[in-house]
Amino acid sequence: MTGYHGQPILKQPTWTWEVPCYFYAGGMAGASAGLAYLSEVRGNEVLARRAWAAALLGIGVSPGLLISDLGRPERFLNMLRMFKITSPMSVGSWVLSASGATTALAATSIWTGWFPRAGGAARPAAALLGLPLSTYTAALIANTAVPVWHESRRWLPFVFSSGAALSAGAAGVITTPPEHARPARRLALGAAVFEVVVKQLMERRLAEHGEPYRHAAASRFGRVGQLCIATGASLLAARGGRSRVAAIAGGALLSGGALSARWSVYKAGAQSAADPKYTVGPQRAAIDRGDRLGASRRLGKVRDPSPAIGSPATAPAVVREQESVARP
Amino acid sequence: MQAWPGSYGEDAKPRMGFFTDTSVCIGCKACEVACKEWNEIPMSIQGFTGKSYDNTLDLGADTWRHVAFIEQRVPADANGGGSLVDVAARGDAIDGGVQTYQDGDGFRWLMASDVCKHCTDAACLDVCPTGALFRTEFGTVVVQEDVCNGCGYCVPACPFGVIDRRKDDGRVWKCTLCYDRLKDDMEPACAHACPTNSIQFGELTELRERAEHRLARLQQSGQRSAQLYLADEDDGVGGAGAFFLLLDKPEVYGLPPDPVDTRRDVGSIWAAAGAAGVALGLGLAAAVLGGER
Repeated sequence: MTGYHGQPILKQPTWTWEVPCYFYAGGMAGASAGLAYLSEVRGNEVLARRAWAAALLGIGVSPGLLISDLGRPERFLNMLRMFKITSPMSVGSWVLSASGATTALAATSIWTGWFPRAGGAARPAAALLGLPLSTYTAALIANTAVPVWHESRRWLPFVFSSGAALSAGAAGVITTPPEHARPARRLALGAAVFEVVVKQLMERRLAEHGEPYRHAAASRFGRVGQLCIATGASLLAARGGRSRVAAIAGGALLSGGALSARWSVYKAGAQSAADPKYTVGPQRAAIDRGDRLGASRRLGKVRDPSPAIGSPATAPAVVREQESVARP
Repeated sequence: MQAWPGSYGEDAKPRMGFFTDTSVCIGCKACEVACKEWNEIPMSIQGFTGKSYDNTLDLGADTWRHVAFIEQRVPADANGGGSLVDVAARGDAIDGGVQTYQDGDGFRWLMASDVCKHCTDAACLDVCPTGALFRTEFGTVVVQEDVCNGCGYCVPACPFGVIDRRKDDGRVWKCTLCYDRLKDDMEPACAHACPTNSIQFGELTELRERAEHRLARLQQSGQRSAQLYLADEDDGVGGAGAFFLLLDKPEVYGLPPDPVDTRRDVGSIWAAAGAAGVALGLGLAAAVLGGER
């Protein structure tokens, strides 16, 4: 048993199912906006319109997911009380707001033809904002004390950005007829490889910190995700260019895989916080190796203690006197 | 500008804190009770846990002081102290309350009252997106309950697992170092209730000096593993407003040996997120522009 009666040192995140689902929805929306804008530039209007719709859907559900996760949902506007660079959640709230506004304008204008000038300006803006929207969530969870998240801070954003690309590509192949969906297919297949490889590399590089990924829910979601991504990608590569049904099935499997991979990361965090050995073990090892000093010190700064100072029987008497004066 | 004392200007007060000297803690839990009473904290009954005398278990939304009980069997001379009589003879340790709980066969109890550390570099405050968590004029860290929207970001950010969300209430709660009492020049309820002065309240600079003398005294009397925890500005949280004198490693008391404010890595985290964003842009461009339409 590690530490104090096996009690966790860290608190587990209080976040509920909405949060990993938002990781998926926000990433899908962000990368879809980029896919839509570039497809439009390339002249693929059919894919562009559908990708804008996917972006709008993803960004439309996101605030709902995030607000319902709050302990006090009616105070959601407090998220925009300030802008704080040390809080990825604060930065993300602003990115999501701006991204939501520009995506809504972009999608509306391309589908209805209204606000052509504003829509034209909103489309590149939404595409650009989609990039931080897809990766800030990784920064958010990496910027915690949870070992499995914090120690993978250099990898996690890449896992999330490939997941976002995968989700957007998958949404594209589901919604778009195969003859117009070539860029989405390329995106989905490329991102599928990246997603699986980068997440595997991250888990390996984490070494002992990565143990939660090999246990319980984090491991189950991880394996389901890999399986879905592998079968979905195979199906899409083999038949996605000809059969609409195969494209939809492959896209659905890839979407499920991307969602499952987000859940794996989320669950790994909870498992990592729940067991004190993940908190104490690596910290103590770093101290023993001499890499870190730690927070406690046996060596005193004074050699000979004064009997008048430091004895609890005498020193706090002053405080007590003040107290009795202050009280009526 | 540093929030304290910087932004307070002339209104800044000396930084106040706790020195918890666990070597004289008797495990009476008066601090837990006084804290609950004064701050009107909802009850948090865990039932009988079977974990020594500890039926509180940890700090949380409804527990702002927590007394830990550790039962250990260590050789009576594990700290180079020899028998209790030897130790007493060498450094009049019993006067200071040292090793009074250690039997001849080496069984000893460690007791320690844990609390929010009011870190110099406070992760909860750094990550709070609403500004509900703020630095007071006393240099302490307090939640504004009329601002907190229960986003929960501070909960996994705290390297000590102190702050938590109250389920029925939705907001996060933690020790305020009795902000209301401090404003009226009164000491916090826990320190006021502590019968052995294990919990000492005062100006941080003075407390640190007092702790150095206490550490030297314990070391001199043979308590080789006595250590100050969070008393230095060069640790991972820049030192703490509430620091401790421990008789064993921090992890034995359920404290992290090397807590770090995640803010120290936020630069590299943003750099990685930025690079991943650029990579995503390149990937999108390659997929859309780099092949048949």
